[in-house]
Amino acid sequence: MEISTATADSAEVIRCEGRLNMVAVPHLRAAIESAVEQGQPRLVVDLSATTFIDSSGLGALVAGLKRARQAGGDLRIAGGGEQVRMVLGLTNLDRVLRPHERVEDALDGW
Amino acid sequence: MRALLIRLLVLLTVSTGTVYVGWRWLFSVNWPNWWIAVPLVLAETYALVDAYLFGLTMWRVRQRGEAPPPPPDATVDVLITTYDEPVDMVVATAVAAQRISYPHETWILDDGDRAQMREAATRIGVGYITRSEDWAERPRHAKAGNLNNALFQTHGELMLVLDADQVPDPRILHRTLGWFDDPGVALVQSPQWFRNVTDADPLGSQAPLFYGPIQQGKDGWNAAFFCGSNALLRREALMQLGIVGYVKEVEAAVREALSASSRVLSQARRAAREQGPAAVAAIETVQGAVAQARRELAAGEPVSEVTYTFQRRADAAARALVDQDLEAIRADLRVLEQLPVAVDEELGLVVIDDEALGRLAERDWSPLGAVTSVRELLRAVDVDRSDEAQPVMPLATVSITEDMATCMRLHALGWRSVYHHEVLAHGLAPEDLRTMLQQRLRWAQGTLQVLLRENPLVQKGLSIGQRLMYFSTMWSYLSGFAAVAFIAAPVIYLVLGVLPVQAYGLTFLSLFLPYVVANQALFSVVGYGVKTWRGHQYSLALFPLWIRACTTVVANVVLGRPLGFVVTPKTRQAVGGFPWRLVLPQLAAVTVLVVAAVVGVVRLWTGSAPSTIGTAVNLAWVAYDLVILSVIFQAARYRAPEPAEELVS
Repeated sequence: MEISTATADSAEVIRCEGRLNMVAVPHLRAAIESAVEQGQPRLVVDLSATTFIDSSGLGALVAGLKRARQAGGDLRIAGGGEQVRMVLGLTNLDRVLRPHERVEDALDGW
Repeated sequence: MRALLIRLLVLLTVSTGTVYVGWRWLFSVNWPNWWIAVPLVLAETYALVDAYLFGLTMWRVRQRGEAPPPPPDATVDVLITTYDEPVDMVVATAVAAQRISYPHETWILDDGDRAQMREAATRIGVGYITRSEDWAERPRHAKAGNLNNALFQTHGELMLVLDADQVPDPRILHRTLGWFDDPGVALVQSPQWFRNVTDADPLGSQAPLFYGPIQQGKDGWNAAFFCGSNALLRREALMQLGIVGYVKEVEAAVREALSASSRVLSQARRAAREQGPAAVAAIETVQGAVAQARRELAAGEPVSEVTYTFQRRADAAARALVDQDLEAIRADLRVLEQLPVAVDEELGLVVIDDEALGRLAERDWSPLGAVTSVRELLRAVDVDRSDEAQPVMPLATVSITEDMATCMRLHALGWRSVYHHEVLAHGLAPEDLRTMLQQRLRWAQGTLQVLLRENPLVQKGLSIGQRLMYFSTMWSYLSGFAAVAFIAAPVIYLVLGVLPVQAYGLTFLSLFLPYVVANQALFSVVGYGVKTWRGHQYSLALFPLWIRACTTVVANVVLGRPLGFVVTPKTRQAVGGFPWRLVLPQLAAVTVLVVAAVVGVVRLWTGSAPSTIGTAVNLAWVAYDLVILSVIFQAARYRAPEPAEELVS
């Protein structure tokens, strides 16, 4: 898994490439934490290159959402392949973390 | 009477041969010149072992004659295997197969999955089978895979396997089915005969010694070989083979995975510290499950139950992890609900139910899978062989030539085989040297793969005779190394005067000549009325090919390198000039032999030759080598005759 961060005009975009699993989660948490600490609580997690997510990956997304909201911002997700959407749908978490088609859609309104 | 004569000649050959080679080792190896003396005496020993194995084969030549009348109601599938042969050729074979007079179903097994082939099959009204989806992204196993796939889509008790070019005689089933009256018979093999070969057969395509005395001799030891085409097989026997093989493979894979896992699991446990105590606990649970599974296997528990228990415990470990993750998610969601800035009305609707929980803990989504080694372990410790398209593979996939390995396993399970000596199908042989060389290389590689992977000498369930019959064929493919010694020794003697043998005198001749004469007499009686000379020539003249087969197979089996597998084209290849490159090693050998002969004569003339008898023996030897090698040049020049009639009817 590769996690890279890019700064957009109104938000921080965190891109997750590969498998978002137990091994990758600490890196995602660290990226979210560092963005919020640097004063940017508006986050987009780009899942368009994420091939797989497990329960710990979901946990990291929700924890990130909590962190962002507590700091007065939000966490939105964009992209996501078949498996990612299945997992979100199965757990009903897509009602909280509604996947946007593209990063630009997620940035809309910020 | 003939059988008695053959046995007498076998005894004569091996006794004179043993005396000669014994004398060579004990009294006549010229040790100071060991660098040529030892290779030569080894080559001679190789040939003697070959003579023993051949003699053993001939000892029990079995001429069966007519089969019993065919059963009235056997169900038979005729399976025509094809990969990329021309549609017209396959259709011609299929139409002939339809005309087989015994009731049967005809199927084209198209590994090329060609639309044209499918249409043609529908048009002429035969069944059409291609690989099922299970084969996508998994090892295809060539022809063995093609047949294994078809076995699960057809239902006949018996099946006739035909290569795409083997046009069957309408009587083929009537003539052979009777052998299956014996419920222990799993295989009936009939000869392969080629219709596009001239009388001289410079490519040595017809194998009358093999499809004749050798198969009959093997048959006498209940070891008649399966040769891939023109053979009938009993489905029940193949299925038994598949199931026995499946159990064996699964057990081996599970054992291997478990014993390899302790190290990777300790590593995984160390790495899991980063993910928190729950991850560590989960890995520990898996470690416990591994230990338990190994104890149970050692105690002789059935693999299915051991793996089932193991998987349950691994599931529980995964479930504990998922539970913990979901608990954290629920806690986070509760916090989110209470945040003053909350904007989602739907937050309260988030329900993570048991179904979701179960699915998230399943093997392919399990958080444990994050550790690759654990993921692989979980996959390996199971009984579904997820690395293969079908758990049950009746035809052996251990070698690129599926036939020999399959047959050997059938024999090891106690099944019998029959060689039916009557040509009942006519095929197409390679028509040019290049194609022929590819084919021979493939056969040699396949046979040697079986030798290295499933050495017949140590296979349980085979009789001593069967072991030696299989070994005999494999042994014959090692002739390339002996040929080099047989070419080098006379050259070195004639040019350098270096003697590998202490003396080429009368003792040598008096021990050597009886052996050679007995051996030749045996061949002429065994091969009476059939042409055995071509086969003999090729066993030496293709020495570069046989050596290449040995080296590539050792690299393949030991080092895991690919063989560079080729399917033999059945169609006419473009005609080019003289294929120099293909015969370069033989050309070099011929040049060296001729030069050596000239030098030898000059040395005799000038009186610097070690001995007259020695020079004479070695000149005769060179002449013999040249006659043997000449076949490859005939083959290189050979152009197949134009087909006299259209094959497509």
